[in-house]
Amino acid sequence: MEKTFEPKIVGFLCKWCSYAGADLAGTSRMKYPPNLNAMRVNCSGRIDPSFVLRALASGADGVLIAGCHPGDCHYTNGNVKTLRRFRLLQRMLDQFGIERERVRLEWISASEGERYARVVRGMTEEIRSLGPLNWKTTMEVAA
Amino acid sequence: MTKPKIAFNWASSCGGCEIAIFELGAKIIDLANKVDIVFWPAVMDYKYSDLEAMPEKGIDVSFFNGAIQNSENEHLAQLLRAKSKLLVAFGSCAYLGGIPSLANTSNRDQIFANSYIETSTTENPEKIFPQIKVQKDEGELTIPEFYNTVKTLDQVVDVDYYVPGCPPVGEQVSKVISQFVGGELPPIGAVLGASEKSLCHECKRVRTDKKITKIVRSYQTIPDHQKCLLEQGIICMGPATRGGCGSICLDANMPCRGCYGPLPKAIDQGAKMLSALSSIFDADSEEDIQRLADSVPDPLGTFYRFGLAHSLLRRTKQ
Amino acid sequence: MKRVGLFVCHCGLNIARTVDIKDIVEKTSKRSDIVFAADHKYLCSEPGQALIKDSIRQHKLDAIVVAACSPAMHEATFKTIAQLSGLNKYNCEIANIREQSSWVHDDPQKATEKAHIIVSEAIEKVKLNEPLQPITVPVTRKVLIIGGGIAGIRASLDVANAGYQVYLVEKSGSIGGRMAQLSETFPTLDCAICILGPLMVEVYRHPNIKLLRLSQVEEVRGYIGNFKVKVRQEPEYVDVAKCNACGECAKVCPADVPNEFDFGLTWRKAIYTPFAQAVPPAYVLDAKNCLGLLPQACGECKKACDQLGTACMNLDAWPQTHELEVGAIIVATGYELYDATKLTEYGYGTCPDVMTSIEFERMLSASGPTLGEIRRPSDGRVPREIVFIQCAGQREPETALPYCSKICCMYTARHAMMFREKVPEGQAYVFYMDIRAGGKGYEEFVKRCQEERGLLYLRGRVAKVYEENGKLIVKGVDTISGKRVQINADLVVLAVGMIPSAGSKELASTLKASLDANGFFSEAHPKLRPLESPTAGIYLAGAGQAPKDIPETVAQASGAAAKALDLLSSPTLEREPTVAQVLETCSGCGICIPLCPYEALTLNANTNQAEVSEALCEGCGTCVASCPSSSLSLRNLTDQQILAMIEAIVA
Repeated sequence: MEKTFEPKIVGFLCKWCSYAGADLAGTSRMKYPPNLNAMRVNCSGRIDPSFVLRALASGADGVLIAGCHPGDCHYTNGNVKTLRRFRLLQRMLDQFGIERERVRLEWISASEGERYARVVRGMTEEIRSLGPLNWKTTMEVAA
Repeated sequence: MTKPKIAFNWASSCGGCEIAIFELGAKIIDLANKVDIVFWPAVMDYKYSDLEAMPEKGIDVSFFNGAIQNSENEHLAQLLRAKSKLLVAFGSCAYLGGIPSLANTSNRDQIFANSYIETSTTENPEKIFPQIKVQKDEGELTIPEFYNTVKTLDQVVDVDYYVPGCPPVGEQVSKVISQFVGGELPPIGAVLGASEKSLCHECKRVRTDKKITKIVRSYQTIPDHQKCLLEQGIICMGPATRGGCGSICLDANMPCRGCYGPLPKAIDQGAKMLSALSSIFDADSEEDIQRLADSVPDPLGTFYRFGLAHSLLRRTKQ
Repeated sequence: MKRVGLFVCHCGLNIARTVDIKDIVEKTSKRSDIVFAADHKYLCSEPGQALIKDSIRQHKLDAIVVAACSPAMHEATFKTIAQLSGLNKYNCEIANIREQSSWVHDDPQKATEKAHIIVSEAIEKVKLNEPLQPITVPVTRKVLIIGGGIAGIRASLDVANAGYQVYLVEKSGSIGGRMAQLSETFPTLDCAICILGPLMVEVYRHPNIKLLRLSQVEEVRGYIGNFKVKVRQEPEYVDVAKCNACGECAKVCPADVPNEFDFGLTWRKAIYTPFAQAVPPAYVLDAKNCLGLLPQACGECKKACDQLGTACMNLDAWPQTHELEVGAIIVATGYELYDATKLTEYGYGTCPDVMTSIEFERMLSASGPTLGEIRRPSDGRVPREIVFIQCAGQREPETALPYCSKICCMYTARHAMMFREKVPEGQAYVFYMDIRAGGKGYEEFVKRCQEERGLLYLRGRVAKVYEENGKLIVKGVDTISGKRVQINADLVVLAVGMIPSAGSKELASTLKASLDANGFFSEAHPKLRPLESPTAGIYLAGAGQAPKDIPETVAQASGAAAKALDLLSSPTLEREPTVAQVLETCSGCGICIPLCPYEALTLNANTNQAEVSEALCEGCGTCVASCPSSSLSLRNLTDQQILAMIEAIVA
């Protein structure tokens, strides 16, 4: 029997908004697939594009960066810098041949538990249909 | 007392690193007196068997420049590793992949198709490609296998030291070679002939506010000689690149292109420059941010011009 | 190598129902970096906490990971237990296996697998955490309040009454601000100066308040708890302590100056008192409009004063710089009105009988240009037909101000009522778009006005106002009837918008406090932190932060005072130590400097490297991510830690 491909998604969630939103999904007992592992950071602005590339190169099939809605950042505008970096990173990932669905930036507030669950579900299924990224194989192709 | 034995080798390279050795100028004669140059394909004839015949670790230090793009490059890398006490990745190609590693945005089939068929001045109606093996009456003839993915030297063998630069700047070459010939060496794995700080430390230009309001290509403007280029909208890799080259490109009013490679703690030079550049976009709205992001020509090529093979992702998807 | 212990909570059945606790404990114990692992039904309970404490002691643990509910719940609790057991609180990390696993996944196997990864991440992080101590900074227990309007006055009294020293800096010759220029206040029609006056006197008499009039903040250095401020005070040609406001000096002054208090509707002398109830109750010499001091051209005022024996004038006075040390700064700089000459369609500036609301306010005042009578500026006649135009140059993002100033509907209603009272045979028209009357008693007040005879509310805008044969032709529309309306008025009053006071931009730059898109002082969070600037130690009160009415201003002022008092309540201040630090590889490229919303990063010109003010840094890590040479690091959330956590997830 063929094993269904289970995407591995790395999530970076900001402590003040999106991680709290994810917690709310939890307290509301919403259900979503277990493929995304969330790492809690202070602000989405802490996310260096190098982390995204490292996650993908190490075997992740997708990466989610989640922060506060523009205007709501606990640190005033960390999320604006995240957005600036993300838009340029998207262009570069296009050049690498990595589908846009694999690396996403979402604004999720502390009250949006439902939205968090939907994002995780949606992203998991989208990446499942895209298939594994298997970047290690891409890198090693020599001959 | 026996003179130390040194070797130079070139793999997928332009020859510039060989010329860099000649930047020693007259001192090259002193060098020739102090050492025994046992292997230098650019300058002296050799056969593989000469190298194979040398004892294990018989060479004191080998300076290997050029990236690993074909099986001959890899073969020599392995041979020289076996035969040398110390192996130095000399120049950006051996250290980071260099310009040859931009081939990692393509693959062998596409490169061959371009070189042997598609270019407008090529006439190859039978679509003949080079073959690794061909049987002739005299026997089997082989040529090296051309790889799909260009690698850095340390992606095929263990490397002891790295000397960045495309090519390494003359003064640094002199210093580095002295370190190996009678000088003191830092711990294994060190990057030699370069600063631990970014190019901005050496750059003499005046910095005011770091803010990008527009991106400009070098040919689209005559940059102000005194001001920071980044502040004029010209993408300069200086902030994400090791110094030590004396900022010669900046002195010639051209932006740094990153050939000295990443700073010690950066895990990916291109990603760090991408982050730094976009963070200072003078844009807050979605539209303005997208507009500025769209105006960066060829992000991959700009940020990984010299370091694609060394980067986290190494190549584009096939 | 740290001796790390793992404690897994069942949380009753909340976690245990789905996650295989035994499996977590067993497999994690086998890790080479784990010395001890145990589980408990309720780790947050007394016995649970005792288990942790005992285990730390017994197994000589240096660090612990608690796999339980969200850190938002009990991180503080477990960190405290760690500290009580002799560990630094940063040697305790939480692995959230409840909200992030057991409560959101049905499949026990998958939930357990995920829990393993979550625990693994926490272990990798705690292994690399530094045992940080909070950053302690001393607090100067004094407060600087900028702006002597009702906001500044209220805040000063609150802080001073609590026993702390206040420096109240006021630009003009008297405190009182806009409220002193009002005739009445809505909705109660209280006499404004009657309720304000006693507060002004209280400020003046308060032993803990040092009032600096004719003063502006020139330079601010330092950080929260430790501000060093330079205040420049214009020359005090009049000795405030000696002056008894007899006014003999003004009687002999030959220089006439348009009186700014009345917006040029009256004249004053170069030596004057800002208004009758001015505090300090001392005259002011306006050096710019005096006939000359260097050399002395006139000097009659001083002669008169000397002759009386009061002798309180010194015409050789110089500006003074006061160097103040304070712990907190409250910005209460208030507002002024939008320049109505920009609204060319309304004819302000060309037609003398078109007035702004605040000019009309002065006219209503018993101490104003007409001693409270309503007259046309052109010919002094009593106007019969008066038109009030609300939203003048406001709620118009394309051409004027995009926002609503909140108070105009209310004061226009008040103005219209006062007009009806003073000119019973008159007819008033109010052109409005909406009526915003949200405060206590506001709606009732406006309703009264709308039902008043001789006062007509027309819903619509005015296209143009122009003069013709001594009348003002007002062309507008009434959207309810759908008809165009023309009123031949005697007087037109424009309710123009509130804008931040002049000098706000420069002050914001001096304070390193941010302004919003409309130039008002920004708050740290629009909903949850409306009284503080994002810049630590700076608080906001009054219309300088956003248009608001007097009750809101007073509330905000008391709130800002409370915030400042909170800061001052202890001689030292503890700040979170998880801040950014600059590493020796910094080359001074300057990319990080503009990115910090707290201005915690500066470039040291001597070392040519960036520097972080640990007192200002809030630890967001944005600068760290953007450093192209990886020369910035965020304590206890380093790149190394994040990469280790990524490996834990992906491996």
